[in-house]
Amino acid sequence: MTMQPFAYERAASVEDAIAGLARVGGDATHTRPLAGGTDLLTLMKADVFAPARLIDVKRAAGLDSGIAATDGGVTVGALATLADLERHPLLVGPYLALAEAAGSAASPQLRNVATVGGNLLQRPRCWYFRNPRTPCWLKGGDGCPARDGENQHHAIFDTRRDDRPCVAVHPSDPAAALLALDAEVTLRGPGGERTLPLAAFFASPTDERRLETTLLPDELLLSIRLPAPPPGARSVYRKAMDRKVWAFALVGVAARVNLDGGRIADARLILSGVANVPRRATAAEAVLDGAAPDDELFARAADAALADAAPLSRNAYKVPLAKALIRGALADAAGMGT
Amino acid sequence: MPTAASPDRVSVALTVNGTDHALLLEPRRTLLDALRHDLALTGAKKVCDMGNCGACTVLLDGRAAYACLLLAVDCAGRSVTTVEGLAKGGELDPVQRAFVAADAFQCGYCTPGQVMSVRALLDENPAPTDADILRAVSGNLCRCGAYRNILDAARIAADLGARAHANGGSDADAVR
Repeated sequence: MTMQPFAYERAASVEDAIAGLARVGGDATHTRPLAGGTDLLTLMKADVFAPARLIDVKRAAGLDSGIAATDGGVTVGALATLADLERHPLLVGPYLALAEAAGSAASPQLRNVATVGGNLLQRPRCWYFRNPRTPCWLKGGDGCPARDGENQHHAIFDTRRDDRPCVAVHPSDPAAALLALDAEVTLRGPGGERTLPLAAFFASPTDERRLETTLLPDELLLSIRLPAPPPGARSVYRKAMDRKVWAFALVGVAARVNLDGGRIADARLILSGVANVPRRATAAEAVLDGAAPDDELFARAADAALADAAPLSRNAYKVPLAKALIRGALADAAGMGT
Repeated sequence: MPTAASPDRVSVALTVNGTDHALLLEPRRTLLDALRHDLALTGAKKVCDMGNCGACTVLLDGRAAYACLLLAVDCAGRSVTTVEGLAKGGELDPVQRAFVAADAFQCGYCTPGQVMSVRALLDENPAPTDADILRAVSGNLCRCGAYRNILDAARIAADLGARAHANGGSDADAVR
């Protein structure tokens, strides 16, 4: 699979990289930043994208791969690899979900190269989106062949909404874990830096922005910040795959539970593999908060999390699968797992 | 080998198996294509070319990576090790000898990648558990299904390494 020709530059600094991206008016079809490249190169090899120029940001001053304790929380540089996250001594206890999610993603070879920033920015694995001969709305065309096609890996939420033409799911495992940890992201563009909740960074694609994030084409993701967790909080990530390893999540569940006097507080429950972007199950969190943990409670939370599910023709299996994963993840996060 | 300069080619200094190479490559050249076509190192295999199979696994600065998903130009200044770089002085690496001893292949196409993944594991963790081994080769597909023997090979390779360490020297006679 031969990629179209492109020019390659190494950015000396974040400022250089942003200037390079802005030079073409932020035209993402012309110039793309390159970090680990494990997603971008597959899209280019499949000829879904053919940028004229790549700006390698791996050695850019202002970007780093550090994972450090800061102000009671943890800050992760966008260049940290999934392997860095998987084995980092800080990512235990309240942060365990992130290490588990990173360690359950892809394969060792990919985790050694793929960055967490790129992981959040990777594009869907929808086989129609990734096939250049299949027109689809997300690629700039019309219609969604997955709606009435091979949609077994696709969304089960928001599938009946007119304003959601695409039913592809966001493929990241770490994204769900980071959302369960109330992560914030810091972005930088020509006008300076901005920090926003990761929950606002992800957004279902729209006609004007056929992307799963609100990152502007001339912005870079610099770092991710995990705020100080509630005392005693624990988090886990559980994932169902169609084989035991090295597969994208059919459904993934990131759960955080803080047991306060025998009752759950500050519950977070995020589902991946079910919607355009990772989905926070706020109704389930409301069931959990203030209640004493047991399997009956977890089952009620799971029912609440899936109450609005609207599966497509071939993916109704994801509903019971998600419910079972939720019950197990909550039990593990509450320290009641088998 | 470097050919006539053209505007779309760039100089790339690659260090492969300890040897420095000066190449002129298009930026779109993957490390895998550079190894196979420009350096005639055909040990890393081109099978899926999309990061799905593991047959192109090499070590990049000592860590296992898919050569098909790396740009050669991006590997300048880093250390690349291919399966050709394992044998020393005509003697196979313990991992290679263990694969022979355990008959850990059938068609052999995935073997260089499997060997590199096991080498990367043992370099980091000389005494792996079976779970460690299975995890280390989880990114390498074997369509012949030689997985059980690959697990055996990795166990044997770890034993060879431990014995070599205990003897403070050659483990050449440990496996025939």
